[in-house]
Amino acid sequence: MENLYNLLTEDIRFVEGLKACLNCGVCTAICPAAEFYNYDPRKIVNEVQKKDNEAIEALLKSETIWYCGECMSCKTRCPRGNTPGLVIMALRALSQKLGYFTESEKGRQQFAIKRTVGENIFKYGYCVATYAVKPELHPEQGPVWEFIIDHSREIYERLGSKYDELGEGPMRKIPEDAKEELRKIFDVTGGTRFMNLIEEHSQRKAAELGYHTGEGINSEYFVKVYTENSGKHNQKEPGTL
Amino acid sequence: MKEPENKRIWSEYQKEIADDHFFYVRSCIRQSFFPGSEQFFLKMMREILGKDIYENPSHTTCTGIGYHTDIVPFETIMTVIARHFALMKEAGYRNIAISCVTSFGIYTEIIETWKHFPETLEKTREYLYKATGREFDVPENMAHTSDIVYKFRNEIAAKAKYRLVNRFTGEPLKVVEHIGCHYSKMFPKYGVGGAEFPKVLSGMIEAWGGQVIDYPERRHCCGFGFRQYIVQANRGYSLSNSVKKFESMKPYKPDFIITNCPGCNMFMDRWQYAMREMEGKTYGENGLSIPVLTYEEVAGLVLGINPWELGLQYHMVQSEPLLDKIGIEYNPSDKYLTKDGIRIPAPENLINIK
Repeated sequence: MENLYNLLTEDIRFVEGLKACLNCGVCTAICPAAEFYNYDPRKIVNEVQKKDNEAIEALLKSETIWYCGECMSCKTRCPRGNTPGLVIMALRALSQKLGYFTESEKGRQQFAIKRTVGENIFKYGYCVATYAVKPELHPEQGPVWEFIIDHSREIYERLGSKYDELGEGPMRKIPEDAKEELRKIFDVTGGTRFMNLIEEHSQRKAAELGYHTGEGINSEYFVKVYTENSGKHNQKEPGTL
Repeated sequence: MKEPENKRIWSEYQKEIADDHFFYVRSCIRQSFFPGSEQFFLKMMREILGKDIYENPSHTTCTGIGYHTDIVPFETIMTVIARHFALMKEAGYRNIAISCVTSFGIYTEIIETWKHFPETLEKTREYLYKATGREFDVPENMAHTSDIVYKFRNEIAAKAKYRLVNRFTGEPLKVVEHIGCHYSKMFPKYGVGGAEFPKVLSGMIEAWGGQVIDYPERRHCCGFGFRQYIVQANRGYSLSNSVKKFESMKPYKPDFIITNCPGCNMFMDRWQYAMREMEGKTYGENGLSIPVLTYEEVAGLVLGINPWELGLQYHMVQSEPLLDKIGIEYNPSDKYLTKDGIRIPAPENLINIK
């Protein structure tokens, strides 16, 4: 098996994020994820710096690496200038490259993110757009959001928006040539290949579990990964980090 | 003459903010949820402060939400940002004004990466040229749009129609300010006041007559957590972190919350609705919820702009109790009109409705 630590060092965020950890635990103290999940960034960083291949493989297949919210509060506070959040980003990238993310409930959610945020980028030129925030997927948005969705054009026009039209302004339609440049940037830099990998590994896992992946958000597997929650993520299991 | 010691200490918390001629880049979340805020910012810059600020309609998402949900590689987002810099160079601008805290954090991360790992800058130049034929320069000055409002806070105060004062008691309004983690926790030198003494919003509030509340969880994350909100199964993380903040601020009886980041604004507004629905809990005085405003909305209010032209009616938590406290005049019947004055039926079940 390839040396996973060496693969991590190919990610510049890992090089920047982990110099030498002294195990003080300040990152865990400040961490919003550690407060509500069974999550301890100190232990993860320490595990990685031991360079044990099996332990790193277990991390890449674990639930643990998906608990961080990437708020980066840890960066401000680490007395050694490490950034556990960047270490997590490198672990997540490698987990997806190797297909290990499909081994955990939280990791499998990458499929849902690719099918929503990822496809929005190519379709609209935005990560998030009014018409892509579906009230049925977002009940917490409340009645104001249903109202906005039902009357988008009138509401946005009053506020000076170019709602889904070419030209300057909020929620303007992104011109086709700009979206084409965006697509080419993804092709040239490996972004397209990375999203295709998420899709391929997810389709393999879905088939293994007996689910259809379909198109967009209209699939059994999307609903499964988007909503599934074992309810055990704030409980410590024996033998886990 | 020897420089006073306190001046030297505070110098590292200062930020150089350009005075004029900005290239403006929008925020996916701010323009989707608070389009009135972005448009008022541009109007204020051009018509009230007399500044030159340019928007190229061809700029796209920075892909930041994709980056922080781990589906967009670093090399890709660096090149998308480089394209924005190329559009800026082509238009003859050198100062960038960024409307989103997530984007702003990414710009700071990328510029610092290019400084510390110069080979990544060269690689990005190659990628951008190969993909688009464009070339770019790194901006001379980079500001979040709130930095610019902060810079001109006294000019805004001088033109203000209202002050952030309770007209019934004569006391300053008590304001919670929320900076947003990615504004300065990652690269403190890019934020006004750094990570330890962020002044960007508190400076506005004080200049406009209000009083800032210092409460225990003032610097805690709003709970967005990117994948922790975007995926429905994870939203307990997002809600729990917001509730931690609300519980902490409640005893200080805030009149309103002002936010730097559009995402934080949306979460702190919507999670108050969710908590009211789920557990019947509210965090304002007298059973009300706390209005959550963007800094553009607050600037607009003190300058006397019609609250319905700013888009205050499109939050879950409605602002009339706050407007009454300040003494802001508004016409309730103008609230839900189209730009041509046609009435849209009012939404039901919003919060803080009289």
